[in-house]
Amino acid sequence: MGLRCGRCKKVTAPPRSVCAHCASSDLSWTELPSGGRLVTYTVIHLPPAHFQGVAPYAIGIVEFGEGVRLPGMIKNVKFENMRIGMKLQTDFETTVPNDWPQWPRYFFREP
Amino acid sequence: MAKPLATIVSAGVTRFGAREGLYARELFVEAAREAFEECPNLSPRKDIDGLFVGQMSESYEHQAHVAPVIADWLGLLPVPAFRSEAACASSGVAMRCAVFAIQSGMHDVVLVGGVEKMTNLPTASATEILGMASDYPFEQWHGITFPAIFAMMATAHMAEYGTTEEQLAKVAVKNHENGALNPKAHFQKSITVDDVLSSRPVAWPLKLYDCSPISDGASCLVLTAPKLAKKFTDTPVHIIGSAQAQDTIGLFERSDVTTMNVTKLAAKKAYEMAGVRAKEIDVAEVHDCFTIAEIMAYEGLGFCKLGQGGKLIDEGITSLRGKLPVNTSGGLKAKGHPVGATGTAQASEIYLQLTGQAGKRQVRGAKIGLTHNLGGSASTGVVQVYLRGD
Repeated sequence: MGLRCGRCKKVTAPPRSVCAHCASSDLSWTELPSGGRLVTYTVIHLPPAHFQGVAPYAIGIVEFGEGVRLPGMIKNVKFENMRIGMKLQTDFETTVPNDWPQWPRYFFREP
Repeated sequence: MAKPLATIVSAGVTRFGAREGLYARELFVEAAREAFEECPNLSPRKDIDGLFVGQMSESYEHQAHVAPVIADWLGLLPVPAFRSEAACASSGVAMRCAVFAIQSGMHDVVLVGGVEKMTNLPTASATEILGMASDYPFEQWHGITFPAIFAMMATAHMAEYGTTEEQLAKVAVKNHENGALNPKAHFQKSITVDDVLSSRPVAWPLKLYDCSPISDGASCLVLTAPKLAKKFTDTPVHIIGSAQAQDTIGLFERSDVTTMNVTKLAAKKAYEMAGVRAKEIDVAEVHDCFTIAEIMAYEGLGFCKLGQGGKLIDEGITSLRGKLPVNTSGGLKAKGHPVGATGTAQASEIYLQLTGQAGKRQVRGAKIGLTHNLGGSASTGVVQVYLRGD
C-alpha cells in the first residue's frame, strides 16, 4: 500500500506524514502492484551482526511503477540469472523477527 | 579571487589504523597536540574560543556527549564545544559550522576536527553500527550494509556506462600507491589490480580491497578569522568556497542510483563561491569510502563527464603525477576511514599540499585544492575549495 496525493496525484511509498513530492497532507491509501522490475542488485557476503546466519544473500531495489521503489532480499534466484530489468514478485515471510518491528518482512522472488 | 571565509593556520592528524588501547578522547588529543606543536604562536587555552568535533557514533565506546570530554582532555574547559553527526561527513559539517561561527564574528579561533574509535568491536558489530547511517525501517531491517548500498550503485553504474571491476580496482591501486608515501596512513603498502580482483567478496561486485577499512584515528584544524591568520602562521590556507547539500536517506528513494546529486549541487555552489572551475583544481581529496564512490565523485565534481569516471582512472589523470591528483593522502581506502575523522583529515591533506609540506606526496605548485566529504549513501555532501594564502 502507498499514499496517493490529492494535490499532485503522485504516489508516496513507503508512506510518510506528508507527500514526498509536494509536501501536501492530502493523502489517501492506494494499493500498489505486487510485482515490479529490478533496478539494481548485489550479493552480501559480509553481513551485519543480526544477519550472520543468513549470508550470503542477494539484495535488490525493485521499481513498482510511478517511481515507487523498494529494497529487499531477493530469494531463490541464481546469481547467474540476475538481470537489471527482470520481473520480481513481492512476497512475505511467514515468521516474524524477534526485535522491532514485529511484523513479517517482505522479500522478492521470481513471479 | 573570492573572499576568504575562514583560514587554516595549523592541522594535526594521528596515525590511522588499529590504535589498540586508545580511547577516542586520547586519539583527539594526539591530533591536537600535532596541530599545536606546528603552531608555536598559538596559545591554545588563551586563543581557542570554540571546539567543534565530528563523530559518527557513540555506540562504539558507549560514550555520547563527547565534546566536553575532549574539551576537558585538551585543557580547554569551559570553551563552548559540541559534537556534530552527519555519518561519514561528521567532521565535514563540523568544518562548515566553524566557517559559520567565524563568519558570524562570534568566534575568532576554532579548533575543529573529528574522531572515531572503531576497532574495539568485531567487524560484524562495526558493520551494523556503520549501517545505522542508512534507513532503519527499509534498509537496515533487510540486512542491507553500506558495502551493499555502494555495490548496488556499482552494479547500476557498470550496466549503464560500462564501468568495469578493473577500473574500480585501479582506484584502490592508486590510493595504496599514495598511502605508501603517507606515514599516517592505515595501509602503507602498494597493491596490484590482481590483488584487488582476487580479494574476498564483501558485496558483489565490491571485494575487500574495494572497501575502505575500519580504522581508529583523529584529525583537526585550527581555523581562524582570515584577518587574524597572520598572527599564527606565514603559510595560511583560506577556505574560499564552502557548500553542502542533502539527499534521501535511502538509496531506493532516489530516481537515479548512478549519480550523487549532493556532489553535483555542493560542488556547483562551492565553485561559484570560490570563483573557480573544476579544471583549475590542482589537488583534491574525495570520498572513496568504496572504489565506485571515487569514480562517481570524478563525475559529480566535474573532473570528467557523466559515465567517464572509469576512463579518467584508466588514463592516469588522477594519479599522483597526473594532471589532477586525487587522494594524494591515500584516500579513505589506504589512509583509513575512522568515520568522524575523515572530513577534517581530507582538509589536513589539502592544507599540507598547499603549504608544501606533503613530503614525498607533494603536488608541485599546488595552489587551489578541494575536499569532497559524503555522509551515508551520499545523503549529505560537503564540498569546500581552498586557496594557498600569501
